Amino acid sequence: MTSIPNTLLGLLEPAPSHGYELKREYDARFGQHRPLAFGQVYATLARLQRDGNVAVEGVEHGEGPERKRYAITEQGATVLERWLAQPEPPEPHLQTVLFTKVVLALLTDRSAERFLDAQRALHMERMRELTALRRSGSPAEVLLADYALFHLEADLRWIDVTSSRLGQLAEEVSK
Amino acid sequence: MTVEPILAARAVAKSFGPTQALRGAEVAVGRGEVLAVMGPSGSGKSTLLHCLAGILRPDSGEIWFDGQRIDRLGERTSSQLRRDRFGFVFQFGQLVPELPAVENVALPLLLGGQRRSKAMAEAGGWFEQLDIAGLEQRRPGELSGGEAQRVALARALVAAPAVLFADEPTGSLDSLAGERVMDLLVDAARSRGTTVVLVTHEPRVAAYADREVVVRDGRVSALVQT
Repeated sequence: MTSIPNTLLGLLEPAPSHGYELKREYDARFGQHRPLAFGQVYATLARLQRDGNVAVEGVEHGEGPERKRYAITEQGATVLERWLAQPEPPEPHLQTVLFTKVVLALLTDRSAERFLDAQRALHMERMRELTALRRSGSPAEVLLADYALFHLEADLRWIDVTSSRLGQLAEEVSK
Repeated sequence: MTVEPILAARAVAKSFGPTQALRGAEVAVGRGEVLAVMGPSGSGKSTLLHCLAGILRPDSGEIWFDGQRIDRLGERTSSQLRRDRFGFVFQFGQLVPELPAVENVALPLLLGGQRRSKAMAEAGGWFEQLDIAGLEQRRPGELSGGEAQRVALARALVAAPAVLFADEPTGSLDSLAGERVMDLLVDAARSRGTTVVLVTHEPRVAAYADREVVVRDGRVSALVQT
């Protein structure tokens, strides 16, 4: 599942940042249709801090409200690492989370290719199960299996194309 | 893999002029296994199939089949091996247009020296199995794509090959006809213990296999199992 806390951890890993900047970066990279609300950013950061995944590195006093600089902790990096390495359960409509994981892997110098391969293997496994099901199932089961198969196939095509465009994407992400 | 490999490529390299199609490809196929070879266009997956099947000779590396190294066989021995132990289905059936369907199916048996009446009877038996009974006397031009592909499948299996090589066998068919061909291909192979090497870029076709490998830039990467 798309996880805003994990996504914020991913954005924090390359360098510490403020809530406001995190919101801007999130919106620019992932929030095309649904920008984050400020309240959600601060609530999420507070929860991440409570759980020991981020720490406040410093507070800047200036005009306006004080600005806390958040940094990812070692524990937070482990949480992120685990989430990024973990393929998603193969089901339709994964676009957002798969995209987020690829971008964050590139942004944090992890292997996006390894993630895509793991995801691909899990998708193929599910497609094999569904293919077996549709070969023995009732007509209604066949229709349902077909629906899932076509959607998983679309994901796989996206995974393939993305794998071959990682170089290009890495350049853009690092800008 | 738990099954004994019947077919394997070891460090296979193959170039066409300046283009390196394969660069150190490694793969092993278990006896009776249905293996899908996937990969983008130009990744080298068809070249790998051609090397495994003894159609192309690798520049370096080895191909092993049934305990025997086959990449350095003479052309005569190699084509005999292909005729006796391997079956082939390609994207376009490549049937002989002048011959009725049943004679197309009987060809491998006739080339293997079988008597005509026996070969024709055996070939005829396949039409029932592949759900194309009644089309025996049609010429390839009078068959639909799916029917022609089933005739090609019968021809590939009639001589009871140990390995069936299928290169994009559904590539020219619509989804439903393609599924029918895959259902029949996999059922026929499994019921006879035939090993299948299936080259495809379509995940829905690859999902019929027991396992898949991906060819990228001339190398084979097995997928990470989680």
